[in-house]
Formats: sequence, C-alpha cells, structure tokens
Amino acid sequence: MAEKVIYAMYDDDDVLKDGAKKLVAKGVKVADVFSPFPIHGIDPIIGVRHTRLGIMAFLYGLTGLTLATVGMRYFMIEDWPMNVGGKPNETYLDNVLAFIPITFEFTVLCAAHGMAITYLLLNKTLPGMPASNPDPRTTDDKFVMELRLSDNSKFSESELMSMLNETGVIEVDQKEIH
Amino acid sequence: MHKEAAIREPLIIGHKTYHEITEDVCKPIEDKAPRMWYILFSIALIIGLYGVGCIFYLLGTGIGVWGLNKTIGWAWDITNFVWWVGIGHAGTLISAVLLLFRQKWRMAINRSAEAMTIFAVFMAGLFPLIHMGRLWVGYWTLPLPNHFGSLWVNFNSPLLWDVFAISTYLSVSLVFWYIGLIPDFATIRDRVKKPIPKKMYSILSFGWSGRAKHWNRFELVSLVLAGVATPLVFSVHSIVSFDFATSVIPGWHTTIFPPYFVAGAVFSGFAMVQTLLLVMRKAMKLEAYIHTKHVEYMNIVIMVTGSIVGTAYITELFISWYSGVEYEAYAFINRATGPYWWAYWSMMTCNVISPQLMWFRKLRRSLLFTFFISIVVNIGMWFERYVIIVTSIHRDYLPSAWSMHYPSHIDLGVYVGTIGLFFVFFLLFARFFPVLALNELKTILKSSGESYKNDTAPVHPYFAKNGHSHGHDDHDNTHNH
Repeated sequence: MAEKVIYAMYDDDDVLKDGAKKLVAKGVKVADVFSPFPIHGIDPIIGVRHTRLGIMAFLYGLTGLTLATVGMRYFMIEDWPMNVGGKPNETYLDNVLAFIPITFEFTVLCAAHGMAITYLLLNKTLPGMPASNPDPRTTDDKFVMELRLSDNSKFSESELMSMLNETGVIEVDQKEIH
Repeated sequence: MHKEAAIREPLIIGHKTYHEITEDVCKPIEDKAPRMWYILFSIALIIGLYGVGCIFYLLGTGIGVWGLNKTIGWAWDITNFVWWVGIGHAGTLISAVLLLFRQKWRMAINRSAEAMTIFAVFMAGLFPLIHMGRLWVGYWTLPLPNHFGSLWVNFNSPLLWDVFAISTYLSVSLVFWYIGLIPDFATIRDRVKKPIPKKMYSILSFGWSGRAKHWNRFELVSLVLAGVATPLVFSVHSIVSFDFATSVIPGWHTTIFPPYFVAGAVFSGFAMVQTLLLVMRKAMKLEAYIHTKHVEYMNIVIMVTGSIVGTAYITELFISWYSGVEYEAYAFINRATGPYWWAYWSMMTCNVISPQLMWFRKLRRSLLFTFFISIVVNIGMWFERYVIIVTSIHRDYLPSAWSMHYPSHIDLGVYVGTIGLFFVFFLLFARFFPVLALNELKTILKSSGESYKNDTAPVHPYFAKNGHSHGHDDHDNTHNH
C-alpha cells in the first residue's frame, strides 16, 4: 500500500533537533531522521531505543570462550595428549595456562565478528543493497526528518506542513513510498 | 558532544562547514590523480614486484637461498615479521584505545592509521607463510582434522598462538576499519557522477542511508569493537614476544619481553604514522585537519613509549648481570661489544636517545624534525629485532659453532619488496578511499573547530531569530551521556 511521507530537510543538526523536540511536544510522531553523522541526543527525542547489540557481542564472546575451551580440551587432553618438554597435561587444568592466549583470541574473534555480522544484517546494509536516503545530500551536510501521515492521523497534511515551517526547515518534500 | 575548554587548541583550523569537510576529503578522490601519485605508485610497484619475484624464487628453490646457517636458523625473516607487526600496532591503538579515552584528535588520523595497520599486518603475515617454504600447506597451522593421523597442532606452542593472534588482529582490525568506512563510502556514492565509480561506491557502501537507528547501532558497535580491540592490541605483540620469551635461549627468555615488545610496537607504529601522514597532509591538502597539534600528540606518545623501551633495554642489561647466569651475561656483553656492536649501538641511539629529544616543545612541534625522527625510529626498531634475534643465537654454547649472519640478496629483496608492496596498498588507499573519517570529523566540528571555539562562526539564522546566541552549544549538557 502506498503511503504518504513528508521529508523535511534542515541544514543544521541542532536546528533539526530543536525542531524535532518542538514537534514531538505537540504530539507529532517523527518516523526517522537521516543524517551524515550521528546526531547526539536525537534518539530519546524521536523515540529510538538504545540498541542491544552490546548484549549480543557478549553472547558471541561467551560462545567463543566455550568453543575454545571445549576444543582445546578435546584436542590436547582427550584425543591426542602431546608431551611437550614433559609439561603436565594429565587434565585440562594442568595444561590450562598454555591455552589462555588462544582462548582469549578466539573469544575476541567471535565477539567482534559475530557483532559485526549481526550489525550489518540488522541494518540491512550488505553489499549490493540499494540506498534508501531520500536525498543524496543527507550524506553530505543536510539532515532530513521523515514524517508519515499514517503515524500522524490526528493532524491534517497542511497542519503538519505549517508546524514544520516554524522549525527552520529549508525544504519540504512529499513522496509516496511503497 | 562535550563543551571543550577554550584553552585547548582547536582540532580543525579555520572556519569549515560540514560541506567543506566533505569537499576537502572527497576532492582528491574525485579529481584526477596528480602526476606525483603516478610516479610514487610506479616506483612502489616496481619495488613490490621485485619482492614478489624474490618470493617466487624462494618458493621455487627453497629457503636455502636465505643467509641462514646451522647456528643461525632464525634471522632476517622473523626480524621483518616482528618489525611489520609492530608497525601494525598504531592504527588499532589510535582508533580503539584513544576512542575509549575519548581523545578527539584521533579522528583526523585514525582512518589512515588503521589502513596502515592492515597493510603492515599483511606484510607481516607474508613472512611466516614464506618461511614455511611450501606456501600451499599453510593451512596445516589450523586445527583441522587431517588424514595424517589424529595429530593436532600444538596448542602449547607460542607459534600457534601467533597464528590465532595475528589472524584475529588482522580480521578484527579490518572489520573495525570497514564499519567506519561504510558511511563515508555512502557520502562518496552520493556525490560521484560517473557511472562506474558510482556503481563501485554503491557496492562498497552497502546501501548505507544514515538512519537514526543505524547511527545508534554504529556508535555502539564502534565502542564495543574498541573495547575488544584494546586488549587485543596488547595481546598481539605480547604473544609475538612469547615466540622468544618462552624459549631457553640466553637473551630471549626474559619475562620483560611482553610489555617491552608492546611499547616498542606502539613506538614504531606511531613513527610510521608520522612518516606517512606528514607527507599525506601536504599532498592531499589536509593541513586544516592534521596539523601541528596532532603531530605533537603523536610525538608525545613516541616519547613515552620510547622511554619505556629505553628503560626496558637498561633493565634487561642490568638483570643479565644481576641474575648471575654467565650465559645470560655473555649474551648481553656480546651484544654490546661483540661483532654486532654496530647494530646494538644503532638501536640504542635510534630508540633511546632520539625520542628524548621530544621533550623540547620546539622540536616536537617541528614537522621536519618529526619526519626525520620518525624514520630514525623505524630504522632503530628494525635493528632492535635484529639485535635480539641474531646476536642471541649467533654465539651459542659451543664456540666451534659460532657463526655470523649475512643476508643474501633474496633476503634483502623480499624485505625491500614488502616495503614496496606496503606503499602500493597505501597509495591505492589514499587514491580511492576517504582518508579522513568524514562522519567522525563532522561530529567534532562544533566542539573543536577553531571558528566555533573563538565564536567567529556565523550563528545559524534559525537560532539568531529565536534568541539563542550560541545555537551550537546551548544543549550540550543535557545529552551528555
């Protein structure tokens, strides 16, 4: 279903933030903001919740830690105990000191790559994906606020437009997205 | 965004707008390459190809073509490996450790420093691979079930720890670097007009659109990657030092090695960053972003790490005598006064004396002097590894086996070749990639830009009309988390 969307463009991050604050105070729902760099403090205003990717990174790290421990225990203690200079290798605990470096490296490896892959998948930013910013200038020096008419059914289109015009907007554009 | 003390030097000189930052960084990529670029690239490519030729000759003939002998089984190759890994320490240190410490000056240099890191680690990785002589069995270093019996790789060995450490470091650095690059590739994608570059940058930018939620994730991912990369940086060179420290060779088995190698790595890495950036800022006209203050900060890091290295040298010397182990003592006396005295004293001069000159403010703010010292430091750090490795083994327990190491022309060719290849990669990076982190620089413009700090930047008409005198900082304290 086609949906009507208003794109309001600003030429300064602070002006956009100020405008978003005023619009939200009046009950307008801001669907998204496109910017060339992270605007600090915009997330709580437009209701973007803080990401939980950090928890995912921890879980990936834990997976790496477990895999490294289980793997080295199997390779070096159970399957083929290796006598290296007579160092004790009866049990995992006897030999664990030599396994710390790789356990650490593997934990970091899994945490970093797991999180990076999850991040790219969540964002749907993958090689060959089309860009969805409404104006090419939003990756340079312009900032765009996206308002959806369906989110703001209590306001008419002209009401939204007049509210936007009070916020120092430089261009307003309307589009139908599918 | 933090309000910064007025007394701090601005990080971006003059008045810049967001658009001007984009222009300054993207112009050199979009314009035709200057003639100098082609000249440098050709020289680097020729040297690199010569190195590749030497590697092929080595692989075809065997590692007997190196200057090794029965006594000196490890020399030139491992020296180069450790030297390159060390150089590859600055990038991730700058982008990870300095991110955790909220050092904003990192933003002008982190992109190119990370690129340098990645290329340096490529070069480092080449040496253990060719050392195998049979490159195609390189996968034997991985713990794979095999058909040679149920023998696994030896997890007790620091050489295997190296495999894990270097490959983790390389791949995590690469991911960290690329995640930062994605939004900047999107900027270039949205600017270029020609169809082929547009297509290329579209693919490279992964369809990045700069949504608020994506930026939210971006910042967290950068922070967490910095958090995991920080111990990683320190672990990598510690593990490289274990290659020596866990052995029983006098001169190698010292417990001081891990911290001393890490300090040395950061020392040489920053020196390489200085060498490259001092040229790059001029050639690409980025003087407003990378200026004397950045150079001074890096020189302070060089001074501190250089002093740590110097202290370690002297501690090592003292302990060799204090331990009462005559073999250990001899290894060090031989280093300083034996046939390799010149290597030892070059190392001492380059690494202990030269960084101390950075105590003088005039010198550490002099770009020419910095350039000179940065090269001296890298020569010194190469000698450090050569001294540690060769002088410790060339005179072993049996005087009849004493020997000298003379590099063959293949040794030299492979080493010089990696320098060529490194510059091939770096020049390609400087030509096609955004060399400054655009999105990060824009976030510090209003807090650390010169015109914003001294209030000469024009106030945005919206705020001028609505009565805010300083639209750019009246809200800072409210969102300071």
